[in-house]
Amino acid sequence: MWDSFGFEFVNYYFVPGLVLGCIYALGAIGITLTFGILRFANFAHGEIMMTGAFLTWTFLELSKLIFGFYFHPLIACIPSIFIAIAIALSVDRFFYKPFRDSPTIMIVMASFGMMLIIRSLVQVIWGPNQITFVKGIAKPNGILRDLSGSFDMMLLVPSKHVFIILGTVIIMLAFNYMLTKTRIGKAMRAVSDSPDLAKVTGIDVEQVIRATWYVGGFCAVMAGVFMAMDTQFIMSTMGFRMLLPMFAAAILGGIGRPFGAVLGGLVIGFAEELSAYPWFGNGPLLSPGYKSGVAFSILVVMLIFRPSGILKGRVF
Amino acid sequence: MTSQSEIMSVSNLFAGYGETEILHGINLNVNDGEIVCVIGPNGAGKSTVLKAILGQINIRDGSINLADQDIVNTPTTEIIKKGISYVPQTNNVFVSLTVEENLEMGAWVNPEYTQKKLREMYELFPDLSEKRKQPAGSLSGGQRQMVAMAKALMVNAKILLLDEPTAGLSPKYRSEIFSTIKTINNNGVPILMVEQNAKQALGVSDRGYILVDGANRHTGSGIDLINDKEVARMFLGSRE
Repeated sequence: MWDSFGFEFVNYYFVPGLVLGCIYALGAIGITLTFGILRFANFAHGEIMMTGAFLTWTFLELSKLIFGFYFHPLIACIPSIFIAIAIALSVDRFFYKPFRDSPTIMIVMASFGMMLIIRSLVQVIWGPNQITFVKGIAKPNGILRDLSGSFDMMLLVPSKHVFIILGTVIIMLAFNYMLTKTRIGKAMRAVSDSPDLAKVTGIDVEQVIRATWYVGGFCAVMAGVFMAMDTQFIMSTMGFRMLLPMFAAAILGGIGRPFGAVLGGLVIGFAEELSAYPWFGNGPLLSPGYKSGVAFSILVVMLIFRPSGILKGRVF
Repeated sequence: MTSQSEIMSVSNLFAGYGETEILHGINLNVNDGEIVCVIGPNGAGKSTVLKAILGQINIRDGSINLADQDIVNTPTTEIIKKGISYVPQTNNVFVSLTVEENLEMGAWVNPEYTQKKLREMYELFPDLSEKRKQPAGSLSGGQRQMVAMAKALMVNAKILLLDEPTAGLSPKYRSEIFSTIKTINNNGVPILMVEQNAKQALGVSDRGYILVDGANRHTGSGIDLINDKEVARMFLGSRE
């Protein structure tokens, strides 16, 4: 039942694909919300993710210094979330808001500039080199291994992946509740549908924009921390490297469609990982070095054949 | 009508988009309990009047009073809070939100009355009650117009502004919308409506204004304007 084919596929391709998909999904939520509500592609989003990961690493080191042991990254990321949201709100207030009524290209360029500024600041503070986020080898989760082993199905999933998958599911459920049950969540969907109609309906669009930065900032930090937990290292270019697949996920799901971003993230994550699976013969279908090319290909194909994405988002 | 019952007045209004001036000294007023319609050929500035009232375009001169309070240069959100409700001509519902969510968004400025207002709207528009969980984007044009009007009435509106409420609708739905407009007005809401279906609009209106090239051309009661031969020939498509 659980032959070597299934074992290899699930443990070395499916679960890593799911983990990568979760990370892209969280990142793509912020991008699609900004795209839908503020009507621009925020190039600085990846840098908020990266900053969140660096801040979390700093708090991890501080916890070791003060308490003598490392906090779990999911505890250490709590103050990082607040700081990252404050950064996102400040960037909006001083760099994006003045361009709100200007042509879109101006605010896009402002976000490109912010991407470079934030990355440079991180390099000044933490240095340009790679930093080890969590030391040691990630061992498979004992509970899952024993449970699956007793059914002749050995699941070798590291605990960090369990945290990432469960964490993403919890965030998605909370996010779904917010968007469908709360007043501000419904207003976010309304503004994403039509900012002009929202304004003449009396909705406080600025309040909705602030909420967008709260949610986008939170999801970005979680994506950054999950990425750091997965790869076990951080570096100042990690945000930029994730930008393309996250944009691909947002466009695949449909611009302005948060649930589409989640779907798009999972599809891109799986597609990247499964592209290296030996579907034909013994060698990988595509060399793992071309993984980012998969996301780019999906992005181009979607833009040509279905620019509105899976869930029929906005077309610019 | 006395000036005491005047809900809204627009006096000597000059306004436009950027450098282009569209309205050249418009005057109009709406009294308590009235339906007032604004008609005229394409490009006359009818919808621009509504946008000026909502603070969405540059006003160069003139005044707009709501219940004796000048609202020129007031932000749109504040204008809505003061009691002006508006239904745009197109894209007037949030397509991905359900009917009920659309109505809840309509109550954004005074959420404390949401449940009471929802009950009122479902009484006024029984069809919407059945479709409350459906996305507004899945409804027909006429049903969307009902949602848009109900959404606008979720606030305690001092006046309702309608921008071409029957545009693009079939004759059956057109009559239904005009009948709904009459019902809303009978419930005590004054209405200022811009319309292309001039004859039907004047038929349900207490008074009408005819604009041409951004200026007032004719003013009178709905019935007088319908019976005016020049108006009928030039603006209502009559061959007499």
